[in-house]
Amino acid sequence: MLTTILFYFYATVLVGSALGVVLARNPVRAALFLVLAFFTSAVLWLLLEAEFLGIVLVLVYVGAVMVLFLFVIMMLDINVAELRAGFTRYAPLGAVIAGLMIFEIVYVVWVKHLGYDLAAVGTPLAAGESNTKALGAVLYTDYALPFQLAAVVLLVAIVAAITLTMRRRPGYKQQDVVAQVATRKADRLRIMKVEPEKRR
Amino acid sequence: MIGLPHFLVLAGVLFSIAVAGVFLNRKNVILLLMCIELMLLAVNFNFVAFSHWLNDINGQVFVFFILTVAAAESAIGLAILVVLFRERKSINVENLDTMRG
Repeated sequence: MLTTILFYFYATVLVGSALGVVLARNPVRAALFLVLAFFTSAVLWLLLEAEFLGIVLVLVYVGAVMVLFLFVIMMLDINVAELRAGFTRYAPLGAVIAGLMIFEIVYVVWVKHLGYDLAAVGTPLAAGESNTKALGAVLYTDYALPFQLAAVVLLVAIVAAITLTMRRRPGYKQQDVVAQVATRKADRLRIMKVEPEKRR
Repeated sequence: MIGLPHFLVLAGVLFSIAVAGVFLNRKNVILLLMCIELMLLAVNFNFVAFSHWLNDINGQVFVFFILTVAAAESAIGLAILVVLFRERKSINVENLDTMRG
């Protein structure tokens, strides 16, 4: 019973915050609604006994990706009014397509049953069994190679993000280590013979 | 009692809202990226729900990899966006017609 109440409460919040992302006038508000959506999904994943992924969602998405989004939104000087110009024109089209998709999914999943037993309940984890442990047991054995590939993907993303955004501004002063090390004494130092001034 | 269809329908509704968002905010690249994040979240919901109901941990491993790739995607996407804004002083999709596509 408690699960049902929790599910419906968090599902309502999730759908509401998703609508907030789509309809918000201000991009900062949209990003904050997206944070709310990730939080509520993390709670719903906890209901599904995916504890590790729920926590990863909060840590990685809310902690890193959404902060990056907010950073970029606040860094760029965006003219919001210009970007929302065609909003009402496309609203009916978007609503029709979304309604059609929701109808189709509900029809397939709910009315046609998909061949699943609707009343079936997933078996809960036994006491002392850990979702994180189970995930780690497969991740480091069966999925060892994909795991390393994921690490490579992240590395490539880091390198790509840095190389894309790095730029040389005119007048930007920078230390050139190679030139510094390669200098000889003769380049810098000049010994002059200065004639002493004669006493009169 | 909450069953598998509840979660599937919730994920479907989430995905549809994100698709509608792509139509509504078709000029703002940042909001398009956010809508893509919402779609990925909806897909992950399906994976987690099926993983729970079929007692198969592999679905959650998939979600793990999707989260990794999505994080990389948004990092590169936002980097491209920053470069784009620096060049064009605008992130309006309609102004991005250099390649006459």
